[in-house]
Amino acid sequence: MRTTYAKAVGRALAEAMRADERVLVIGEDVSAGGPFTITSGLVEEFGVDRVRDTPISEAAITGIATGAAQSGLRPVLEIMYIDFLTLALDQLVNTAAKARFMSGGQLSVPMVLRTQGGAGQRAGAQHSQSLESWLCHVPGLKVVMPSRAVDAAGLLAGAIADPDPVVVVENKTLYFRTEEVPDAVAPAPIGRAAVLRPGRDVTVVALSRMVHEALAAADELAREGIEVEVIDPRTLVPLDLDTITDSVARTNHLVVAHEAVGAGGFGAEVAAAAGHAAFDDLDAPVERVAAPFQPIPVSPGLEDAYLPGAADVRAAVLAVLNRSAP
Amino acid sequence: MNADQARSVLRTMWRIRAFEERVGRLKRSDEVHGLIHLSIGGEGVAAAVCGQLRDNDVVYSGHRAHGHVLAKGAPMPETMAELMGREGGLCRGMGGSMHLVDVAHGMLGATGVVGGTVPAALGSALAARMRGEDTVSVVFFGDGAVQAGTFAESVNLAALWRLPVVLVCENNGFAEFSPRSAHTPVERVSDLVAPWGIPAATVDGNDAVAVWEEFGRLLAGVRAGEGPALLEALTHRLRGHYEGDPDRYRVAVAAEEWQERDPVLRLERTGLERGWFDADEAKAVREAAHAEVEDAVAWARESPWPTPELASSLVYGS
Repeated sequence: MRTTYAKAVGRALAEAMRADERVLVIGEDVSAGGPFTITSGLVEEFGVDRVRDTPISEAAITGIATGAAQSGLRPVLEIMYIDFLTLALDQLVNTAAKARFMSGGQLSVPMVLRTQGGAGQRAGAQHSQSLESWLCHVPGLKVVMPSRAVDAAGLLAGAIADPDPVVVVENKTLYFRTEEVPDAVAPAPIGRAAVLRPGRDVTVVALSRMVHEALAAADELAREGIEVEVIDPRTLVPLDLDTITDSVARTNHLVVAHEAVGAGGFGAEVAAAAGHAAFDDLDAPVERVAAPFQPIPVSPGLEDAYLPGAADVRAAVLAVLNRSAP
Repeated sequence: MNADQARSVLRTMWRIRAFEERVGRLKRSDEVHGLIHLSIGGEGVAAAVCGQLRDNDVVYSGHRAHGHVLAKGAPMPETMAELMGREGGLCRGMGGSMHLVDVAHGMLGATGVVGGTVPAALGSALAARMRGEDTVSVVFFGDGAVQAGTFAESVNLAALWRLPVVLVCENNGFAEFSPRSAHTPVERVSDLVAPWGIPAATVDGNDAVAVWEEFGRLLAGVRAGEGPALLEALTHRLRGHYEGDPDRYRVAVAAEEWQERDPVLRLERTGLERGWFDADEAKAVREAAHAEVEDAVAWARESPWPTPELASSLVYGS
């Protein structure tokens, strides 16, 4: 069926709630659907107890979801913008992520934290960030970042079934793309990358919105005779490094692309891990595509210039090939 | 409080007192590890509160948690072994003093982050209510936690959702090294929840009988589904903030004055006056507690050290 990323997420939530009465949705304005209509319609079917609106108290609601998960529920918590996750990080990092370890395995926190990031809507420096790399630095958390509607639904189902806290980082600019999605989406395994386009010349590992930019760049480069393999890791923690190194063994070139700033970004982790594991296969240093190291501007011209896109991926692919030219 | 209850509370208090004093000595000989916060002087609150809870009622605590854990029913040898970092510990040596958990007895979390467990207690209360159970959550925290944002957020949510949770503030007048007056102009924590309509009381935490009666009254309402309650127990921390704290910021309580206020001795006096037990019984309880601690230390010392393989296996469930 043709549907949107937003509707695919909402449908996955409804299916999980129908299948398991322990699943509940908690967050700000969730009964009204939220600013992106993701949870629209859920309250009519499941009621206000299971589609639970909260005050603007990110720290407490993250702690409540953690405690509820420890006590047997399967909460799906929504933090409306990843920028507001800053307010919830103590509960997520110090309590939820460490509960299993610090209790010697007595506790588990089967909680999902859905949030969304990304720029491109003139929303400014406090509503547009890509902060996923912070989460990837915390043992105990799993982090998924779907780029396609089918994965947004499948990974969400997988996350709800998972025994550990999983953060699902969606992207606001992808919500209303229309895509083909199977009528029944199977839960996607957490920790498995997807090769979205095969190619022999350069491997591009791209996250979230940049997957679509990388695919667009690959189409353009193909017309020039350069075949790009595009890999969506889908899960950042745990990372499916094997799929990346298998690809690099064939292409001998690697580009990593994300919308977050480069310094301390997830691309650095991919570059280091692949650079170590596939050192002998690489013909050139890994290239990174990322945003400049500055807050995100509102002014349209500035934001457009700030955002990495297909042209940046294309330039990085050409750079990595030029670098290895004999 | 009746005679059986008094004997039980006295026994719990002596077990905590003996445990904490022994832990203080073990810290000086480097056998227990990390930041050790003792609750000597606060035993009455832990014993009188947890003594009225069921196994499946949930308790959360803060960084000064040993007493709450023991009072909720955790076995002493495993608790001691946890402080020693041994595999036989409650948390297999992965938690230590500030992160004690004993799911079998409903002790679901302690934390080194002040105020950090208050929302989690609400979450457990929500889970119980959604399942239609009449269990309650209790969260212990100090007066320092009241100035943390999570406290205000949690009070609001507990009242809004009428959650079955009892907030128990152990107000010892000091947040780490600073007196309460340096942190807030509000003297009574129990005054803070009035706008939310939350029943609240302040009680002398050195008087275990008074804590028992006041907590019991609040607990009955919470268990009956009337929403949250708050109990503020005024206590005295006989030790510094942590073991090794030079503690130069407080005026020492004179030994004779403390003899009057010490909650364990006070319950002994009350019990003798009211005929709940006699002096021989009280002495036997005290001696049994000290013997139990020595057995726990011996057991814990025999427990193996955890392996790195065990640690790395406990990060994820799948």
